[in-house]
Amino acid sequence: MEYILMIIGAVLVNNIILVQFLGICPFLGVSSKVNTALGMGAAVTFVMALATLVTSALQKYVLVPLNITFLQTIVFILVIASLVQMVEIMLKKMSPSLYKALGVYLPLITTNCAVLGIAIKVTEQPLIAAHGFSIIDSTIYSVAIAIGFTLAIVIFAGLREQMELVDIPKGMKGVPIALITAGILAMAFMGFNGLVPLP
Amino acid sequence: MSKVKILTKGFFKENPSLILVLGMCPTLAVTTSVNNAIGMGAATTFVLLMSNLIISLLKNVIPDKVRIPCFIVIIATFVSIVDLIIQGFVPALSESLGVFIPLIVVNCIVLGRAEAFASKNGVIDSILDGLGMGIGFTISLILVAAVREILGAGSFMGFQFIPSDYNILIFVLAPGAFLVLGFIMALMRHIINRVTEKRKNKMCAAK
Amino acid sequence: MAQKKEASLIKLVVVLTAIALVAGLALTGVYALTKGPIELSQKEKKDKALHDVLPGFSGNIADTVISIDGEDVTVHKAINADGSLFGVGVETFTKKAFAGRFDLMVGFDDDGVILNTEVIKAGETPGLGDKINKSKSDFAKQFNGQDPAEYKLQVSKDGGDVDAITAATISSRAYCDAVQRAYNVFKIVKEAHHE
Repeated sequence: MEYILMIIGAVLVNNIILVQFLGICPFLGVSSKVNTALGMGAAVTFVMALATLVTSALQKYVLVPLNITFLQTIVFILVIASLVQMVEIMLKKMSPSLYKALGVYLPLITTNCAVLGIAIKVTEQPLIAAHGFSIIDSTIYSVAIAIGFTLAIVIFAGLREQMELVDIPKGMKGVPIALITAGILAMAFMGFNGLVPLP
Repeated sequence: MSKVKILTKGFFKENPSLILVLGMCPTLAVTTSVNNAIGMGAATTFVLLMSNLIISLLKNVIPDKVRIPCFIVIIATFVSIVDLIIQGFVPALSESLGVFIPLIVVNCIVLGRAEAFASKNGVIDSILDGLGMGIGFTISLILVAAVREILGAGSFMGFQFIPSDYNILIFVLAPGAFLVLGFIMALMRHIINRVTEKRKNKMCAAK
Repeated sequence: MAQKKEASLIKLVVVLTAIALVAGLALTGVYALTKGPIELSQKEKKDKALHDVLPGFSGNIADTVISIDGEDVTVHKAINADGSLFGVGVETFTKKAFAGRFDLMVGFDDDGVILNTEVIKAGETPGLGDKINKSKSDFAKQFNGQDPAEYKLQVSKDGGDVDAITAATISSRAYCDAVQRAYNVFKIVKEAHHE
């Protein structure tokens, strides 16, 4: 039950893009087509789960015991950057078809603040109060967050595909109208407020 | 390019967040109040300045293959330094900016300037570029924050001048961030379009 | 050719290690320098909050730690010159907040009447939940002078006596939860003091 609440909270109520403002760059950059948005979502889910697993293990067994949590930022970003590289190399060798589908998005993920943001956020307070800081909880939470990311970016891409055909003022074209659409989408997501208690 | 131009191009013409559309996350997230915007702008400017300085100094030492990891380490170091300083001396700011201070590391502006400018240019030019981009970023943050704070909270830099019963709450909430930034960007583009059109017309007339 | 490649690989490793090492050293240095001020600013904040929730008191304060709901809560007992209890400042918390958790300092007088409440650390939504701060709204002021023995620490929607912040019921409920926890701690402390 706790996990179900946590997942609903992460996907809908605390949506990473529309509520927490993380990962806006890919949200605006890779959302002109539904297919590419799905690809980006899959890549982010994969990397985010892996990265959170590794960084929360590092936090629990290395940074906290050695009392060097002030190195958190630098360690986490290095882990994420090297993970992304590793995933890229492994995908290339093991599953060329998947690499073809996700490959172009992978380098972009290093500078996707969603991955680092969630890695840091899960270390700040326990996700399920009774468990304390738990690596398993963190990883499940990161997958749920990534699903929320995919949901938002796919809905948004669908809206943008329709918008291509609309006649709007010249200055509004492109990013500005996309932002305003995102604002209206964010209003819709506000409706989920209070649905579940947040971690 | 003249030194003045390197400094000032980030203010308007190549404004990192309003024109180049970089560093969107902090522009949306921390602009609930002007004070936050100034704090975030100052922190980012410091990181930009220092990382541009160090990277332009080391540009001949760093091998091309590992340049991105090296840049990331250098940037992350300065971000952590800023984080510690803010925690120590401006704790209220550290609370309101929260996770967005460490996230300066992945702000595309910083890595973008390191890659596109500091790794190719001299020390002084790089400092000016970092400073200019940082100030440009700060200006756009303040612009968005001012609109949101005045409309949404009825105050400016914490000074309340519209009673809270008459505030339009939506502007300090998440959707307001998207709406305000969208309209400001559209306005900027409209102005730039107008100016270039006028210039073109003048040139045609001169011919 | 092969040799040249090897040399460049060594250079790669050397440069990367050197940069990481210098970065680590620099950070450790800055950490050592800022450690004092960080701790000091946190202590100052708590001291100020304690001073605000026990208005008019300037004497001995004895700190004790009490375990409640699986967490340790620090209690500051303000003791008059004659040994009687002036009041108690409780560093309480809630986990029901919109942003997960926030920390409050709540002051009670000897009889358990709430003197004042102060937010120590909170990350509630700007414009909504952050109205728990006294600088943003009068919400927190309604607790002052109330005795939780007869004043029901719940929002009026749940049948209590507290007027919730408009559109921020969760934050208001969490505030009541934290104050209630502080009162429970106060009762334990008071009993222990009189024994």
